[in-house]
Amino acid sequence: MSGPSLMDSLFQRSLEDLIKGLRQQLIGEQAFISKSLEEIRKEIKSTDLSTKSTALLKLSYLSNLHFQDMSFAAFPALEVLSSPRFSHKKIAYHAISLSFHDSTPVLLLITNHLRKDLNSTNEFEVSLSLQCLSRIANVDLARDLTPEVFTLLSSNKLYVRKRAVAVVLRVFEKYPDSVRVCFKRLVENLENSDPQVLSAVVGVFSELACKDPRSYLPLAPEFYKILVDSKNNWISIKVLKIFSKLAPLEPRLAKRVVEPICDLMRNTGAKSLLFECIRTVVTSLSENESAVRLAVGKVREFLEDEDPNLKYLGLQALRIVAEKHLWAVSENKEVVIKSLSDADPNIKIESLRLVMAMVSEHNVSEISRVLVNYAIKSDPVFCNEILGSILSTCSRNLYEIVVDFDWYVSLLGEMSRIPHCQMGDEIENQLIDIGLRVKDVRPELVRVARDLLIDPALLGNSFLHGVLSAAAWASGEYVEFSRNPLELMEALLQPRTSLLPPPIRAIYIQSAFKVLVFCLHTCFMRGKSIAPSASLDNLPAGVSASASYESFDDFSVENGADVAVVHGQTCASAPITKESIVNILNMVELALGPLLGSHDVEVHERARNLLGFVDLTKPEILNSSIHENRDSEGKRVETSKIIKLMHDAFSKELGPVSSSAQGKVSLPDGLVLKENLGDLEMICGDIEPPSSNSFSFGSPYEEEKEGLSFSNLQIRDDNEQSNESTSLLAAHRKRHGLYYLSSGKSEMISNDYPPASDHTLQGDINDNADDLVKLTAESLIPKRKPKHGKPRPVVVKLDEVDEKPVAMKQPESRDDSLSGAVRDVLFGSEDIPPTSSQSNLSNSSKRKGKEKQHTDPHSKESAVGDGNSSSRRRKDRSQGKERRRKSPRKNDEERKDADQKEKKKSSGGRHKSRQRAEEPLKVPAQTPVIPDFLL
Amino acid sequence: MIKAVMVINTQGKPRLAKFFEYLPLEKQQELIRNVFGVLCSRPENVSNFVDAESIFGPDSRIVYKHLATLYFIFVFDSSENELAMLDLIQVLVETLDRCFKNVCELDIVFNYSKIHTILDDIICGGQVLETRSTEILRAVEEISKLEAAPNAITLIPKSASGWLSR
Repeated sequence: MSGPSLMDSLFQRSLEDLIKGLRQQLIGEQAFISKSLEEIRKEIKSTDLSTKSTALLKLSYLSNLHFQDMSFAAFPALEVLSSPRFSHKKIAYHAISLSFHDSTPVLLLITNHLRKDLNSTNEFEVSLSLQCLSRIANVDLARDLTPEVFTLLSSNKLYVRKRAVAVVLRVFEKYPDSVRVCFKRLVENLENSDPQVLSAVVGVFSELACKDPRSYLPLAPEFYKILVDSKNNWISIKVLKIFSKLAPLEPRLAKRVVEPICDLMRNTGAKSLLFECIRTVVTSLSENESAVRLAVGKVREFLEDEDPNLKYLGLQALRIVAEKHLWAVSENKEVVIKSLSDADPNIKIESLRLVMAMVSEHNVSEISRVLVNYAIKSDPVFCNEILGSILSTCSRNLYEIVVDFDWYVSLLGEMSRIPHCQMGDEIENQLIDIGLRVKDVRPELVRVARDLLIDPALLGNSFLHGVLSAAAWASGEYVEFSRNPLELMEALLQPRTSLLPPPIRAIYIQSAFKVLVFCLHTCFMRGKSIAPSASLDNLPAGVSASASYESFDDFSVENGADVAVVHGQTCASAPITKESIVNILNMVELALGPLLGSHDVEVHERARNLLGFVDLTKPEILNSSIHENRDSEGKRVETSKIIKLMHDAFSKELGPVSSSAQGKVSLPDGLVLKENLGDLEMICGDIEPPSSNSFSFGSPYEEEKEGLSFSNLQIRDDNEQSNESTSLLAAHRKRHGLYYLSSGKSEMISNDYPPASDHTLQGDINDNADDLVKLTAESLIPKRKPKHGKPRPVVVKLDEVDEKPVAMKQPESRDDSLSGAVRDVLFGSEDIPPTSSQSNLSNSSKRKGKEKQHTDPHSKESAVGDGNSSSRRRKDRSQGKERRRKSPRKNDEERKDADQKEKKKSSGGRHKSRQRAEEPLKVPAQTPVIPDFLL
Repeated sequence: MIKAVMVINTQGKPRLAKFFEYLPLEKQQELIRNVFGVLCSRPENVSNFVDAESIFGPDSRIVYKHLATLYFIFVFDSSENELAMLDLIQVLVETLDRCFKNVCELDIVFNYSKIHTILDDIICGGQVLETRSTEILRAVEEISKLEAAPNAITLIPKSASGWLSR
């Protein structure tokens, strides 16, 4: 053992030396710290308390500012704590509050030290130990020291008393039973005249009320008095915090406090208090129109202030108001929109949220346009913030506010091209979701998808891969709307697709498959219709046509004719000739050949599928292009059959699949589902299913693989769906009746869609804030006239999706025991479990005495109150008051009796008043009666 | 309640760190680093509030003030008023200024104990207890006297009256 020598303690470095030493180390600071730590480890073993305490102080410093571990000093800290010298104690307490925590092994050894110092006559010693207790108290410490804290709550030294009040919060939290002992004294302190103590007490109550407001309703009269009387802004702010929690629970209370709060709002010069008033009104008193008006007026002053802090808080307040009073935002829209270009990121984000709150179906396209132009110029963070909020706002409730889906789809395409865009995944989901749900938008969707696919530059941006996969999927799935499938084919097979991650590449290949089948099918069908040799093919045109009809869903039956028209256009714009088909087949072989060696299973399999198909069809096509004889007739029939088969397989429409579709599948025998997964449901129930994810996107390909089982499911689903959706549809038709046309026309209209680029006319507006304001100002005026010359297309909805995700269960109040204890105390329930400690017992008898004392102000309040309370009640109370005054302080027994009687009496009085209100008699703790005294 | 008080210089070195709940040292270090990361990227003359939920978890806000080479930072939850916290920073800085006569970073570096004494006088257990700098200074003064005294217990004349009034 190398104990510290005399020399060590004589030449010990002080903290100042240590700091100076540290500052001289330009490099090697860490080495210096380790050296010092070594010294400290030696010094701390010294028997000399001065040496030990200096070492401890240095260690605290290193721990606090250089994050060095000091847990090894826990016991030395206790040793220093036992020193009679104040300076040593102070160092020890500091070290302990820095390093002790619930699992410190010596924690309980500190109890006696704390108790001794809590009983000290020196207020600073007491406050040191209180300070320490507020930081380290655990259940045991809180339980053991409750009597001391209780005593200090009425200390005549204000310096100590206010600290004791602050400590009570921690003690209550750790050891709820202490409430039974200390609560009365805490409440008594509400009448303290010293503003510091009062501020501390009100602060504690505002913390307590945050966790469980209902328990503190009975104290409303006291708080009300403080609210009205207080001249101290700190106290007023805290009382307002309390009322903002209490007011929503008790409408009468809300009515009662509105006036004083409005008075404060009008008269105060302190911005902090003014803001608190505003916040209280807009959060908790938002039913009161005039108060809200006043508050919004004050918010306006904040918004127009030079100080960015006030502006920021003003915007925040406005956002709270916006939930119930949107007019408040509209009134201040200029400031809000100008704030979008503020230098302060906080202010920008707040104003963005407010702008999004103003969005409705009438102005969504204008606002989005403005915001997208804004996003292009913003820094990446804010840019994505903007894009994210556009995406979430527009997709809310199944695209509730989007009327023109063509516009929206092209907006999505445009958004994904913004250089900073990182919202690829969300855009991907929405593109697919819209494709599945909104039939009318598909031609535009394919156009947007084509533009995205054809641009080789986009393939290099990994943030866009999600969007590209959605585009590839859409162009394959809805290829019949494409103007030029050959071009699509080239885009899907371009060499740069090697930059894509394998899963997306697999989607590309599968889409290429679909496009290819479509091309072949078109080509063959046309060939047949030109050459009236239908009989040769054993496939009469009528059959094939009807087959293609079948392949579409109910909706498509009407559109069959139109699809043909689209086909005609396709052929006109880019005739699919045999040569082009052969080119494509060669291209496929060229592009996919190397992929047969791919390590990714998906890619490998898709490529294999496609190449296999090409192998099947290619020889015959080559053949038929060379010599048109009928030798290969049999083979040709076979090929056509294959092509037709594949075409039919692909043209089966994928509807949105309800997230609960699985539930409709009957459980196979012998499959135990609920056994272990029952618990999982509890967890999953809390997770809100994102609306766009409620469909299985992932499966379209698997679907074809496992065609049988899945299509069965789909048919079942469709049947049920149609039943379920009838009512929904009817509801929708009722609501948007204007937009419904007779079904036969719908496809014609879809051809009449104005090109989405019309909207980009506004694209060249320059974005300075004034223009923004003007533009938004126009669009904010609710116009009833339909700006969109076409109906809002039907958005396929499913019952299940419309159900709101199950609201999360309100977390049960965490500190049940605490609030239970508080209620026990406040409502004086008799079954207080006897507490073991001696002092607790004696205290509890005192407490009972106090009980009535504290209702005393209630009765005063009733006199102040609206005067409706019956005179008899008042008499009861004043009698009680008199009696209490008479009861001499020393004679506890007598007092208790008196109180008991008094309690009976006054409770009788209350009892009556309750009866009058026809409230159930025996509802003590759960529905706190707040008392008419205030109201 | 107030969750933490920090003073960090413009190079990111902590000069004062006080957390009102126990946090492991690594966590403390990480928080300080994150807070500094947010603050140093903010331009001058913008609002003094920062959304702290990404750093300190839900229901937490930051108010800070940039003075000379130091950031003064208060972290608190929704039961405090933002502007009042800004005032409290002012109280702290004023008190330091009166205590050290034109306070600068070096004063804070070399007066580790005293700074903590001052802070403990203003805040206890996350609750604001004192906002008048004269009172704070008076208490700090008395505490210094006690610290200098060879034996605290005998030197307190008030103690007798304290006993009697109990």
